[in-house]
Amino acid sequence: MLEQIDVTMVDWARGQFAMTAMFHWIFVPLTLGLSFLLAFFESLYVKTGNEQWKKITKFWMRLFAVNFAIGIATGIILEFEFGTNWSNYSWMVGDIFGAPLAIEGIFAFFIEATFFAVMFFGWDRVSKKFHLFSTWMVAVGSNLSALWILVANGWMQYPVGMKFNADTARFEMQNFWEVVSSPVAIGHFTHATSSGFLLASLFVVSVSSWFMLKKRHVEMAKKSIMVAAVFGLISSLFVAFTGDESAYTAAHKQPMKLAAIEGLYQGEQGCALCAVGVLRPDMKPGEDEDPYIFAVKVPYVLSILANRNPESFVPGINDLVYGNPARNIVGVNDMMVQGKTAIEQLALYKQARANGDESAAAEALAKFEPVSGYLGYGYLNSPEEAVPPVALNFYSFRIMVGLGTLFPLLFLAFLFFTYRNTLTEKRWLLMTGVIALFLGYVAQEAGWVVAEVGRQPWAIQGLLPVTVARSNLTTATVQTTFFMFLVLFTTLLLAEVRIMLKQIHIGPEVD
Amino acid sequence: MMLERVYLFYRDGFRSMRLGKTLWKIILIKLFILFAVIKWLFFPDYLHTRFATDEERANHVLENLIPSQNP
Repeated sequence: MLEQIDVTMVDWARGQFAMTAMFHWIFVPLTLGLSFLLAFFESLYVKTGNEQWKKITKFWMRLFAVNFAIGIATGIILEFEFGTNWSNYSWMVGDIFGAPLAIEGIFAFFIEATFFAVMFFGWDRVSKKFHLFSTWMVAVGSNLSALWILVANGWMQYPVGMKFNADTARFEMQNFWEVVSSPVAIGHFTHATSSGFLLASLFVVSVSSWFMLKKRHVEMAKKSIMVAAVFGLISSLFVAFTGDESAYTAAHKQPMKLAAIEGLYQGEQGCALCAVGVLRPDMKPGEDEDPYIFAVKVPYVLSILANRNPESFVPGINDLVYGNPARNIVGVNDMMVQGKTAIEQLALYKQARANGDESAAAEALAKFEPVSGYLGYGYLNSPEEAVPPVALNFYSFRIMVGLGTLFPLLFLAFLFFTYRNTLTEKRWLLMTGVIALFLGYVAQEAGWVVAEVGRQPWAIQGLLPVTVARSNLTTATVQTTFFMFLVLFTTLLLAEVRIMLKQIHIGPEVD
Repeated sequence: MMLERVYLFYRDGFRSMRLGKTLWKIILIKLFILFAVIKWLFFPDYLHTRFATDEERANHVLENLIPSQNP
């Protein structure tokens, strides 16, 4: 059936999934981070008894509600797409994803039905401490809810704790804790949530800066900035730390992703990191020329990031595609041989089972299992197909890291001038603060491009390429729903911005 | 008694909403569009609408996993 693959359909389905995920990720990080900021504001209210903190909490809670209401259920669309566009994948991972997604659903339902209600309806109706407890529970619960989604995502990037069942064509979970504690899953969870904290801090700084520029609600804005800048600064440092951990994990679990992010074709010992650069657009795997038109490199840094050792070897795309026996690196070309054996034995197993020949089936299964981990490589037509889009990863990564480096400096500047009590005079900083929110979103989306484009061509790393994960649909079917979602998402985004701006314009005066 | 207090808590909470009413309208319209229109008309579950049993679904996926040029 593979010879009938409609590659255009696959690309449209990938585009649709990317659009949905990126749209979903506009709302999620703000919910994750703003929920904690609400808890901080309210904690200050309960501790000091100062009514202004209550007013501040209620104002940001209104904006939190807008974001939550518009964003809710946008993630469900991803599940629709799994079932329709990616049915082979969906079937194969059902057993793995069932548990984490069910936990997430139950968790989210109970938090939303109980603590959300107390947080929004409970002012003056429950005790201060119980209300504060509910606000904290919303923050903790929302973030834990994200854990289960990122566990599922982490498994796709580094599948562990499972075994393929050749009768049911499903990956069956063997070890739940191995799935949950996968280093890729933990890395994604900590990096994604902390980047959400950072984004929410930028959101509060941005809106507060706008108030200060307009000389409205200045005291509330100053107080909000003080809390958000501290949280943002701490979060920025944590984002850097978890980003470093993610790079280390990628070097060991997804080395092709790291090589693509760096545009590194020839592996090197004592490898430099390209801080800023322009890639040669016509560079292809197998070539040994310099991949950069221009590059500013920092010596040894990539080796340190990848192996915590400045002299260590970091494999490049060519090493990974064609192998490097001197470094004990098995190339994709060799793995393709194993993968094709896996497919062949799977076919023999299925045929033997259909014929009722149990001994032939057992023999085929015994030959299939040792090479089943290479199954996905058997579907590649050439080893070069295992290379993700290098330029998109390379530039997205630099946008993310470049902006991620600016944000702590921005938070420091806000804290410094708040401490000096001269923030209102620094219009340049306040204007930068307003713009920074948009830069924060750019960094967020660039991060997801690195995470998801970097794992291409795999739906499940090494086991299932996206070309096999798809359903047998026509391109026109997917195109229709692509544009339908584009209209829906644009409408929702416009509604969010409009309602949010209206609430900001009203300000904290009205509850 | 406890149940009544919980009921009153939610009832009064919903009644006193202002911005919340607009947001609930958006949520309900969105859920209607998502589930009653998009899911129903455009996003049927591919395997469940084409195959009756799990065995047939597994067979279909296995056929996709085994290219026909292989034995």
